[in-house]
Amino acid sequence: MDLNLTADELAFRDELRAWLASHLPRDWDQWREKPMDESFPYLRDWQRKLQEGRWAAVSWPKEYGGRSATLMQQAIFWEEMARFEAPPMANSLGLGLIGPTIIAYGTEAQKKRYIPKILSAEEIWCQGFSEPNAGSDLAGLQTEARLDGDHYIVNGQKVWTSYGWVGNWCELVVRTDTSAPKHKGLTVLLVDMKSPGVEVRPLRQMTGESEFNELFFRDVRVPAENTLGAVNDGWNVAVSTLMYERGSYGARLHLVFKRYITRLIELARTIQRNGRPASEDPIIRQKLAQCSAEIEIMRFNQMRAFSRITATGVPGPEGSIQKIFWSELNQRLQQIAQEILGSFGQLMAGDAHAVDKGLWSYAYLRTRGNTIEAGTSEVQRNIIGHFVLGLPRSY
Amino acid sequence: MQFGLSESQEFLKDSARKFFAGECPSSEMRRLIETDTAYDAVLWSKLTEQGYTGIIFPEEYGGVGLGKVELMLLMEEAGRALLPGPFFSTVALAGSVLDAVASPVQKMQYLAPICRGSARATVAILEANVSWNPGDIQLSATGGKLRGEKLFVSDAAVADFLLVVARNGVFAVHAKAEGLKISPMQGMDLTRKLYSVEFRDTPAETIASGKDLARAFDVVTAALAAELVGGMQRTLDITVEYAKTRKQFGKPIGMFQAVQHQCADMYLETESSRSAVYYAGWALEENSPDAATAVSIAKMYASDAARTVGNRGIQIHGGMGFTWENDVHLYYRRAKASETAFGDATFHRERIASLVIDSAGVSRKSA
Repeated sequence: MDLNLTADELAFRDELRAWLASHLPRDWDQWREKPMDESFPYLRDWQRKLQEGRWAAVSWPKEYGGRSATLMQQAIFWEEMARFEAPPMANSLGLGLIGPTIIAYGTEAQKKRYIPKILSAEEIWCQGFSEPNAGSDLAGLQTEARLDGDHYIVNGQKVWTSYGWVGNWCELVVRTDTSAPKHKGLTVLLVDMKSPGVEVRPLRQMTGESEFNELFFRDVRVPAENTLGAVNDGWNVAVSTLMYERGSYGARLHLVFKRYITRLIELARTIQRNGRPASEDPIIRQKLAQCSAEIEIMRFNQMRAFSRITATGVPGPEGSIQKIFWSELNQRLQQIAQEILGSFGQLMAGDAHAVDKGLWSYAYLRTRGNTIEAGTSEVQRNIIGHFVLGLPRSY
Repeated sequence: MQFGLSESQEFLKDSARKFFAGECPSSEMRRLIETDTAYDAVLWSKLTEQGYTGIIFPEEYGGVGLGKVELMLLMEEAGRALLPGPFFSTVALAGSVLDAVASPVQKMQYLAPICRGSARATVAILEANVSWNPGDIQLSATGGKLRGEKLFVSDAAVADFLLVVARNGVFAVHAKAEGLKISPMQGMDLTRKLYSVEFRDTPAETIASGKDLARAFDVVTAALAAELVGGMQRTLDITVEYAKTRKQFGKPIGMFQAVQHQCADMYLETESSRSAVYYAGWALEENSPDAATAVSIAKMYASDAARTVGNRGIQIHGGMGFTWENDVHLYYRRAKASETAFGDATFHRERIASLVIDSAGVSRKSA
């Protein structure tokens, strides 16, 4: 065990810090609170700039424009991006999830066609996975693709699609064999979102905004060559994407949460409770301490998981621990924020009395989604029960 | 950065697990807890042969000179076996205190016999106010003699000497000293016997006049949390095994999500405690500035987790979990005793609060 950074890791971090110091945009604060459709060109430019320094996809192999970064280097990358409060990248799903899946399963022609434009943010990607009747039971999805000559004809509906409104391409999971068992009849198609018959609608969520879309496919023609991986092997392709989703996301959260708790401690020093600052209230102190301890444990768990994955080769079901841990911790954190803020906690953005421009009321509502998106806490516990502890499948 | 165990650390952990499984299986543990002191001389000499009694102490005193991470691994495995007797009291507790505050001559006199297995020891800390804040200690030595009472002193009946934490220093008292009265307390944990210790003008040797035991107690606290991790792991293993084999409604009960999700939570709590304990061991070894916070994080989390893991383990066992014959309750009893020892979760949360919330300029520095 050695938790000091190695020489390679230090060099990586210092190179990134130097690059960020000279390339980080100075005007992000003016953009960060604008709706994403307004700030999107800004985020595209930022990604392009990152890729000019070969920083957009550090985890990707060098031959595809990445840096073949180790997991520890990836963790350092996200920590530094959070430390510098860097803007997000426009094509985050393409870079984080779909690109790696294309690199793993795509043909040479597909890699050549799609990968460069993912990196340059020229083509934005979205995911067509969940359906109204297929959420946790993803393999039960019904969107159908019927082969007609050298094209598939796609019909169906997808939901909870991030970046649907701006997506040029979609990693779409469809049913290609209705007679096979549900996991064996799926195929992944790469679908041009401008194809006739694709309709994108905003999905308004409980926070009031629309981060996600619904996608409708009506007789959409997709060239058969746009199959990713083998026909009817789509489940394995999709699961590989989901593994990337659960594995890497936690790395960047440590500093984000730490920033939250630091700000909360600051607020607790000024907000009065029972005639003294909330930071002196023993119960509030207990809760803040519990939360800041768990934020550290989340990082320890992450580092241990990375070391294990580095030793064994592949991301495994331990990502489920991280997913449960960060999502439930974030909910507890936002509840404590509400307790400290008292009546002010409910004030939404735009109210003159809102604390931190309504950040806390928004975050409180938004965190309800954390234990649902990217695999519900219940599904994660099923994964731990079956794949880690070896208990019989419950479903 | 490498947060996995090195090859030699894996080896140590693995051989400790095999050693305890062979020398102190459940049947032997159950035999020992029925004795007055839970101490066994033969088992002790085997622990000594392994070098475990001197694991972290300098070689000049007969120790093995390993680091704090290695201590965590050994205590984890001892905790998994629910090792009865004075190992924790002698090595992790008395040994760490001597290592931290005794003079070289005193180390030769007191620490060396611990390393070579010829002495058992313990440390008397708590008094009737049951406070883990050193400032609340009342007992003090006058003219080389102690007068007063200490409570919850672990393994005192088999100790060859006791270290006594007083207002004006740390003192060594021989087991046969005049005016020393040791009486058993009936604790919940059957593996680690507790005693009240009365001093009536008992002669005591000064080990340290100050009482800067903070770092030594951090090592002890982390070691105790490590033991809890081992206990949680064993509770989880026993429970998962039961959930796989016990059938109701024609199916293994582990197939039901109400059971399976409890097992998943036990796993999450165990692994998270382990991460926190390993980190604390590393921070102590490196004298990292956040070592005290790291220890409190580990003890806070493990104290609560050991209890909830035990709760879930007993519940999943159903009626079997409520029987004397099932081992889970023995781990549960240890977990309760260890939960309060060296500060419960509430104590350590307040310590974290004072280290994290009250530190000046927190906002810019830590963000």
